Amino acid sequence: MNLFLKLSDTPLDIHSCIREVESPSCGGIDVFIGTVRDATQGKRVLRLEFEAYEKMALKEMRHIAEKAFERWPLQAFSMHHRTGVLAVGEVAVIIAVSAAHRAAAFDACRFAIDTLKESVPIWKKEVFEDGEVWVAAHP
Amino acid sequence: MKIKILTFGIAREICGGSSIQADVPEGTTAAALKHHLAQQFPRLAGLASFLLAVNEEFAADDTLIHPGDEVAIIPPVSGG
Repeated sequence: MNLFLKLSDTPLDIHSCIREVESPSCGGIDVFIGTVRDATQGKRVLRLEFEAYEKMALKEMRHIAEKAFERWPLQAFSMHHRTGVLAVGEVAVIIAVSAAHRAAAFDACRFAIDTLKESVPIWKKEVFEDGEVWVAAHP
Repeated sequence: MKIKILTFGIAREICGGSSIQADVPEGTTAAALKHHLAQQFPRLAGLASFLLAVNEEFAADDTLIHPGDEVAIIPPVSGG
């Protein structure tokens, strides 16, 4: 399995993530880039603060990659996630998946971001002009 | 036995530090430790979810906690 996982407290490099999954036998690379949005429910967001349980986050990211390889015929998989303080517009996550045919790459990439949001121990705090909120913490 | 418990995100703020100690009997399960923690820190029970990890894996209710295990409180995750 060609899989590449990274947590970083410095800016992510989209092209290096894509380069990790390039292969002569792949016919398509699907890429998801998650960025910091400037508002939540109409409230202006100043920045996001990401925190990770790093060792477990990398383990959970590996579980996601392994499940993706079980379910789809993939060539390579890369997932990079930021930690620390991010300004509006900055890249929080990049997922790149390559496969011989595009359907597998699209489906696996979607699965990877959806599962990351459910199971990887990373937390973000939204900082507004008048306060701050840990996202999804309360029902 | 004394167990060191790592805390993250809102759980770190609720517990007042990046790790806490709990004193629980030998043979304690994850469910019993969660109950113990919710008594000590009632705001944990008000979270949308509140899970434990043992040795960097999500713990089932019947997972046994052993001395020296790395235990962590996992509040609702929000990566991506």
